[in-house]
Amino acid sequence: MGKTLYEKIWDAHLVAQVGTDNLIYIDRHLIHEVTSPQAFSGLEEKGRKLRCPERTFATMDHSISTRSLALDACGDANKLQLVTLKENCQKQGVELFPVGHKRQGIVHVIGPELGLILPGMTVVCGDSHTATHGAFGALAFGIGTSEVEHVFATQTLKQGKAKTMKIEVNGKLPVGVTAKDIILAIIGKIGHAGATGYVMEYAGSAIEALSMEGRMTICNMSIEAGAKAGLIAPDKITFDYLQDKPRAPKGEDWDTALTYWQSLKSDADAHFDKVVTLHAQDIKPQVTWGTNPGQVVAVDEAIPEPQSISDPVARTSAEKALKYMDLKPGQKLSEVAISHVFIGSCTNSRIEDLREAAKVAQKGKVASGVNAIVVPGSVAVKEQAEAEKLDSIFKAAGFDWRLPGCSMCLGMNDDILGPGDRCASTSNRNFEGRQGRGARTHLVSPAMAAAAALAGHFVDIRELDA
Amino acid sequence: MTGISIVEGTAVPMDRANVDTDQIIPKQFLTAVTRAGYGKHLFHDWRYLDLHEKEPNPDFELNKPEYQGASILLARENFGCGSSREHAPWSLTDYGFKVVIAVSFADIFYGNCMNNQLLPIALESQQMDVLFDAVKADPAVQITVNLPAQQVKLGDYRFDFAIEAHHKFKLIKGLDAIGETLTLQDAIALYERSIPAWRE
Repeated sequence: MGKTLYEKIWDAHLVAQVGTDNLIYIDRHLIHEVTSPQAFSGLEEKGRKLRCPERTFATMDHSISTRSLALDACGDANKLQLVTLKENCQKQGVELFPVGHKRQGIVHVIGPELGLILPGMTVVCGDSHTATHGAFGALAFGIGTSEVEHVFATQTLKQGKAKTMKIEVNGKLPVGVTAKDIILAIIGKIGHAGATGYVMEYAGSAIEALSMEGRMTICNMSIEAGAKAGLIAPDKITFDYLQDKPRAPKGEDWDTALTYWQSLKSDADAHFDKVVTLHAQDIKPQVTWGTNPGQVVAVDEAIPEPQSISDPVARTSAEKALKYMDLKPGQKLSEVAISHVFIGSCTNSRIEDLREAAKVAQKGKVASGVNAIVVPGSVAVKEQAEAEKLDSIFKAAGFDWRLPGCSMCLGMNDDILGPGDRCASTSNRNFEGRQGRGARTHLVSPAMAAAAALAGHFVDIRELDA
Repeated sequence: MTGISIVEGTAVPMDRANVDTDQIIPKQFLTAVTRAGYGKHLFHDWRYLDLHEKEPNPDFELNKPEYQGASILLARENFGCGSSREHAPWSLTDYGFKVVIAVSFADIFYGNCMNNQLLPIALESQQMDVLFDAVKADPAVQITVNLPAQQVKLGDYRFDFAIEAHHKFKLIKGLDAIGETLTLQDAIALYERSIPAWRE
């Protein structure tokens, strides 16, 4: 029997088997200020060394201001975390992209931009959205801080093998429907924990037609279905994206790599433990109504009636979510007024996302009473957007144009919502309190977020496109 | 790190599904650079009515007098979903929990528990009903978790649970996982010599 892409990468990274443990080699270790300090200090306490500083790359993204380059702009605790990262990287010889560096940005945006993430690699980071890098056909997953320390010391991780799930999305996406809508529709279909214990591989003509940015959006949210990782087989779109990236292999190394990468796909007779199929033409613009990403409907559908949900646990969750979100069953999201819009995050802050949002933003002005911010994912994205004058479009429409960082996705800086605020957000989690205590988050695509900013409520982007 | 073997104690019934890591320990407490002291912020948004943690929410399970001193937390499906923050198990253990029993767990959280001497036990939904009912009826009821025997005991009930052998071994022995792997340095070095140039 053939092998899945996951199995091929797994086999190529197996260092040793010790009992039931598999020791897997890690090619790239990305770190940021929030989940690394305790790993560095653990290493030091034990008198251990970082095994491969040259495979480790650091950025500042979570705790930084999006209004100022000053490290103390968000208080002393945030500053200490950033300074600690800087000191740790200096001490251990890790390359750092600090605030103010022309390559700084959200860890999952800059890794691909630099060409650090290549097909067939294993990639880890103390961050659950590491799954993003699966878009390159790399096995990428989030780890805890103890595991960060383990990778520091050994460049390996002990892992159990995951089950495999193939998600096939075939056909052509309707106008106005994006990668974000595909992944929200997938999570809506299989559920918030539907892929727990699995590595998902996204396939089918609708996935193959996506740009690398779109593929990253899809893989990024694999964790929101509970998956260990998400994968997309590399193809010409992947190779074209990588070819001119600064850290991608060059010359002979590129040729060797390319030959290997072309073999990186699941074999036709490979076995998947589960297969889920969606038809692209059935997918509509999505908006979450609840407090997990699986609680989602199409913008033209009504919020479901909890009584109609047969599973008692899901029913109770829906009731609690509607209470927190201050919404009613049967209501349409287009009737719900919003107070905030956040365009950014490792899910949707890349150049293509900003282009889509700007295309909508140029049609009007941010509605009165709505506070809208655009936070590019990296300095490189920001510069590209400014070269294309997207910043002028956003500013003219009344959006705030900010400095790169994780920002309001989780509000570890001062980009935070207040109780009762309602936000159309291009981020990845609509958990209670995620963007601020008592705040309500609705996950949408960049175009849907921009359209909501102009209207003051959710609108069906397809009607604007018509 | 000391091991975990048999835990006997009372439980807090947190009758909710999808308890996510943002709820377990909200982001404003992730700015610390140490592993200690997160217990007082555990479930901050649900536990306190104010931002300064001066006004406990009397309706929240953890604040009820009858559940003080509990070492076992009961929950429903998909406990620990969301972020990879290890601050989640750090805050649960710092508060005093040694065991979390739920219908299911998110993968990263489950793995993080293993590195922090926190035992996650998955039981069937109906078995959880038994535990919830018993603890709600009598908060003082004792639950015994026997890791070597892989069994949860409450009164006459005995529920067996599954755990991978290497996880069980690690929890019982309190092993230094890194130290273990470092004994395989030769195998790692050998592997590294086989890595093609483009993957360096």
